[in-house]
Amino acid sequence: MAADKSIKFLNAPKIGQNRKKYCRFKRTGIRYIDFKDPEFLLKFINEQGKILPRRITGNSLKFQRRIATAIKRARHLAILPYVADLLK
Amino acid sequence: MNHYEAVFITTPVLSSDEYTRTVKKYLDFLEKNGGELVSKEDWGIKQLAYPIQKKTTGFYTLIEFKIDPQLIRRLEIEFKRDENIMRFLTVKLDKYAVKYAQQRKEKLSKKFEKTEG
Repeated sequence: MAADKSIKFLNAPKIGQNRKKYCRFKRTGIRYIDFKDPEFLLKFINEQGKILPRRITGNSLKFQRRIATAIKRARHLAILPYVADLLK
Repeated sequence: MNHYEAVFITTPVLSSDEYTRTVKKYLDFLEKNGGELVSKEDWGIKQLAYPIQKKTTGFYTLIEFKIDPQLIRRLEIEFKRDENIMRFLTVKLDKYAVKYAQQRKEKLSKKFEKTEG
């Protein structure tokens, strides 16, 4: 009997709105993204080695493009794999 | 004279003196053509993320230098012609990149002293 009624929450569920994403480069003032250190670039690719989209990383357009070129350069130099499984 | 940075991977089958000879060939190329070497780093043998020419390891070398833009084409032809070099990448450095490379060198030298000291 209670199941047909919609579940009442004590306060509004916060699942809907998530926290405001920010561009980490603007905030920390990083100006150059180096293609030679993989630890930093690993934050921007997923387990299969694909580049994460902006809506996930929250980067600004300018820095997302720089990250993409840096990752592609690292892949060219075999620092990062093109295709990987369980990279992290 | 623009600021450039070239990273190249040499095949691991080389003996050490062959390896130094190939690297020296490019340093001489820079001197001969009025370039100026800023820094050279050997990362030694590293594991490649994917096999290149059926090899899974390679000698990484980073050279940072200043040279006239027209000579970059000839430098890259040298890289292509050299069969010891599996892969290379030359990148132009803007002012932020140069500052970053400076800081990186200091960090590395500091870390190096720490391990030595």
